[in-house]
Amino acid sequence: MTELSRIWRETEYRYNLIGFKCNNCGRSYFPPRDICPYCHRESIGKMEKVKFSGNGEILSYTTVHDAPPAFKRQVPYTLALVKLDEGPVITAQIVDCDPDEVNTGKKVHMVFRKIREDGTNGVIEYGYKFRLN
Amino acid sequence: MLNNVYIIGAGETKFGELWDKSLRNLAVEAGLKAIENAGVYSKDIDAIYGANGLAGTINEQENIGALIADFSGLSNEGIPALRVEASTASGAAAVREAYLSIKSGEYDLVVVGGVEKMTDIHGSSILEKMSSILDREWEAFFGATPAAMAALIARKYMNDFNVEKEALSMFSVNDHLNASKNPDAQYRNKLTLEQAMGATPIADPLNMMDCSPISDGAAAIVLASENFVKKNKKEGVKILSSAVAEDYLSVGSRESIYTLNSAKLAAEKAFKKAGIKRDDISFLEVHDSFSIYGLLELEDLGFAEKGKAKNMVYDDIKLNGRLPVNPSGGLKAKGDPYGAVGIGQVVDAYKQLMEKAGEGQIKNARYALLHNMAGTGASSIVHILGE
Ligand SMILES: [Zn+2]
Repeated sequence: MTELSRIWRETEYRYNLIGFKCNNCGRSYFPPRDICPYCHRESIGKMEKVKFSGNGEILSYTTVHDAPPAFKRQVPYTLALVKLDEGPVITAQIVDCDPDEVNTGKKVHMVFRKIREDGTNGVIEYGYKFRLN
Repeated sequence: MLNNVYIIGAGETKFGELWDKSLRNLAVEAGLKAIENAGVYSKDIDAIYGANGLAGTINEQENIGALIADFSGLSNEGIPALRVEASTASGAAAVREAYLSIKSGEYDLVVVGGVEKMTDIHGSSILEKMSSILDREWEAFFGATPAAMAALIARKYMNDFNVEKEALSMFSVNDHLNASKNPDAQYRNKLTLEQAMGATPIADPLNMMDCSPISDGAAAIVLASENFVKKNKKEGVKILSSAVAEDYLSVGSRESIYTLNSAKLAAEKAFKKAGIKRDDISFLEVHDSFSIYGLLELEDLGFAEKGKAKNMVYDDIKLNGRLPVNPSGGLKAKGDPYGAVGIGQVVDAYKQLMEKAGEGQIKNARYALLHNMAGTGASSIVHILGE
């Protein structure tokens, strides 16, 4: 079973969609990273936390029929690559819609949801999902 | 060049759901076959490199190097044995480490083995373990599986380049046809295009026939220095080059989600070092854990333009085509025991180049390019073999 600290240390980013911006070149990143892959050591100390707007569009999507135990109750669910308005592309579920409504290029916004359950006695983990605008 | 490296023996277990065989049984079986095939003895062995992807999580067994050496009966000699881990590219990574160890002049004879025992875990729990080849915290955490990530890549690729699902399915059809001639393959049944198109959905547009199976299996090869080969009058296949390159761990971080940049870079390096051209290559073994990757690999390894691999999947890639792909049956039909895959590719290529591939033999096979890939393309390892 997962220790709470493993989840807790990422909650800031997962709950609020906080990533990093490199103040050397201006690029934004999600998931969080300490070093900009374009600026390398020039970026050290210049990576700044930023809260993203939560707005973006669907770059690609799939309906997942075969899932690990922690997601069994959600099957089938829609997983997508969402390109945030700020640039980064993130992997997240699209919820609250008929799977047929989902399409490439559709605008979405972030919502806060339950992500998974660690068995029946473990922690319930939360984070971002997206809804169609 | 000094210290040329040769493959002088190869062996593998059958790939498949091998209920009666354990992790160690498999590793030892493949290792012994390779050593016997090479005609060498334990006193000749300078070192062992063992490849494995997931024994720590699936079988709850680490310390794989020592385990392999021990149950191969080599503990008394104290022969060095290390495990190499590079996710689903562990096999080729171990081959490369062994190759470098001989190239450096340190060793003359090295055994490289890869093993994975994936059916030792119940039901869909295996999918949780397999998803560790992705970014656990930012892909798998949110419900991504290896198939789902491949599906996301496939959807955008098909949209942008106007590629029909049929082109992906043809890759699996070719794998099955080739595997029908490979006695070690997991699935030896021929697959019709209708069956490939109509299988149970996994993560659309991908269905079960676009996905490699869950496999047990092991493969091993014996590598030797030019000195050893000459002194002992051995025959073998030369490793012309070995190259590795990395890309971002998660798909979303990459500049183009359907470009396997690691494959591109590794292939460029490998061709440069081998001193041959793409036209010289007789056949490919590619890492098609999902059918879409087969098409992307043809493009990013440099055998088709982006979006154009669809033109190769009907005829060119066949066993008697212009550029045979996966004569072994590939990951879809030969099987996908993670840590064994990259070495299994070498086993098959060795047989082809030695003209010992039996029913699946390609005529005049001179040079082979092998591509073993980690995760969704985070690492690529390319080997070019020949002469
Ligand atoms: Zn930067």
